[in-house]
Amino acid sequence: MNPKGIRRRTRLAADAALAVVALCFVLPLLWLVLAAVDTEAGHEINWPASPSFANFTSILTPDLLFRPLANSFLLSAGTACVNLVVAVLAAYPLSRFQSRFNKPYLYAVLFATSLPITAIMVPVYGLFVQLHLLDSMAATIFFMATTTLPMAIWMTRNFIDSIPLELEEAAWVDGASGMMGLRTVVLPLMRQGLGVVFIFVFIQAWGNFFIPFILLLSASKQPAAVSIFGFFGQHGAVAYGQLAAFSILYSIPVLVLYALVSRGSGDSFALSGAMKG
Amino acid sequence: MSAPKIRNFASLRNIGSLSNVSSLKRSTRFLPVVPSVVLLVLFLLAPVVWSFVSSFTDVSLSGKSARNPVWVGLDNYARMIGDPSFPASVWLTVVFVAASAVVGQNILGLGLALLMSRAGRAISAVAGIAVVSAWILPEIVAAFAAYAYFNRDGTLNQLLAAIGLEGTDWLYSFPMTAIILANLWRGTAFSMLVYRAALAAVPRDISEAALMDGAGSWQRLAFITLPVIRSSIATNLMLITLQTLAVFTLIWIMTAGGPANASTTLPVLAYQEAFKFGDIGYGTAVASVIIVIGSVFGIAYVRLLRQERP
Repeated sequence: MNPKGIRRRTRLAADAALAVVALCFVLPLLWLVLAAVDTEAGHEINWPASPSFANFTSILTPDLLFRPLANSFLLSAGTACVNLVVAVLAAYPLSRFQSRFNKPYLYAVLFATSLPITAIMVPVYGLFVQLHLLDSMAATIFFMATTTLPMAIWMTRNFIDSIPLELEEAAWVDGASGMMGLRTVVLPLMRQGLGVVFIFVFIQAWGNFFIPFILLLSASKQPAAVSIFGFFGQHGAVAYGQLAAFSILYSIPVLVLYALVSRGSGDSFALSGAMKG
Repeated sequence: MSAPKIRNFASLRNIGSLSNVSSLKRSTRFLPVVPSVVLLVLFLLAPVVWSFVSSFTDVSLSGKSARNPVWVGLDNYARMIGDPSFPASVWLTVVFVAASAVVGQNILGLGLALLMSRAGRAISAVAGIAVVSAWILPEIVAAFAAYAYFNRDGTLNQLLAAIGLEGTDWLYSFPMTAIILANLWRGTAFSMLVYRAALAAVPRDISEAALMDGAGSWQRLAFITLPVIRSSIATNLMLITLQTLAVFTLIWIMTAGGPANASTTLPVLAYQEAFKFGDIGYGTAVASVIIVIGSVFGIAYVRLLRQERP
């Protein structure tokens, strides 16, 4: 057989294998979609007898949907903003000025990216109790921001490193201070990079269940990740259809954000800062 | 990496003499780093230290020892060794990490990346979206989907019934298998993205030269591709191990560690001891063990990256 024929056969085999894997990965999600349009939904997948959006319309209430989503937004946007400001402030001097503390600090930051956050939730709860911070939205935002901050600093520093220094030098010669160089030269150039960091942190905070589950107690402050638990078991019968409909509405923002970023900067956006040194 | 650094340094000195940077300016220019240091110390370092300290006390969620915890020395750790549920939990954690991450996600991710480099563009994109969507969904949504999938009436058993096989109550009879497969489904996207990026950076001409020399595709994979991307493999293994070590929500929703602790990995055990049984002292002792295990991998990860960029 000629090489072209071999290549075509490899390609067909690869296509078939990928199709099978894709199907396996989609199967668990099929239930979400079918249950969402089925008012009689259970655990099984069924073509609904009379497909309808009744599950969606029945959860369009402030208590069930809007307030939890607003809380999620507040939590995620707050976390992302804190990350962005603190990470840019820290990354700029670390990238531009020499000091013997730079390297140890950066390695400490890198080490912190690998700390298993679920392991520190028990001590964090204890800490929050002692400092009377439990059920505080602001404290939860700052804690959540700290869990992603190491990654944000690392990514931001890589972005600043890739901006040539000559541009700021020109500004400095004209009498600008170091921080003015950051504001007038560096920030405008790394707008896209900052967008990636913001969205990366936002997606993580939006999807996080464990941290608000432990730290936010009152229902009025809980984000969608925690309020979704209400559909599940606590009222006896589980409203699977509503649970699925809620899951879909709650997931849409991160799917859109991910699509936005991966179109702009390739699939491996989340890794661009993390993996490259 | 090192070349621009040297240039930065030289040009900075020039600027220094040009605009006469005072020593005050020199000492204040690291001030912006302070907020990050404060946050990291307050919310990461302090909890870690607090975890180790309170693991030597009998502090609890409520009652007398909530306000006045007593120093109990190594009691919590002694109890840990004596209590059969702790070694069992360590073993389940090792099985979970090894099967779902080190073997599962790693090999499936690499396999997918290799397939995508050979398959058609459209099917690669579709498969990529399918794999990534399980990863990008909020963790609680993914956990509910996996719960429904492995449920007794769930999709998996429906599929098995369709081909004439009798299913079982996976979450009850095979809880570890169910959470391992669920985590494989949830996490493979990360490895796939890492390996796609790594494979894209493999120089084409080496592989083509080997092809000319008559190397088969398995030989090219074993002797060329894998050695070239070995640092990506090592980094990926480190990161997915750490991520999987910390998995809580998926297990909590699917099995809650049960039945009878049959799927209680260390994070679930720490949570149960601290919040279900109110024993913060013992819970933080378990948490401290996870932190130590995580730190070992974290240090290895830092060393690995440091070797790559001298």
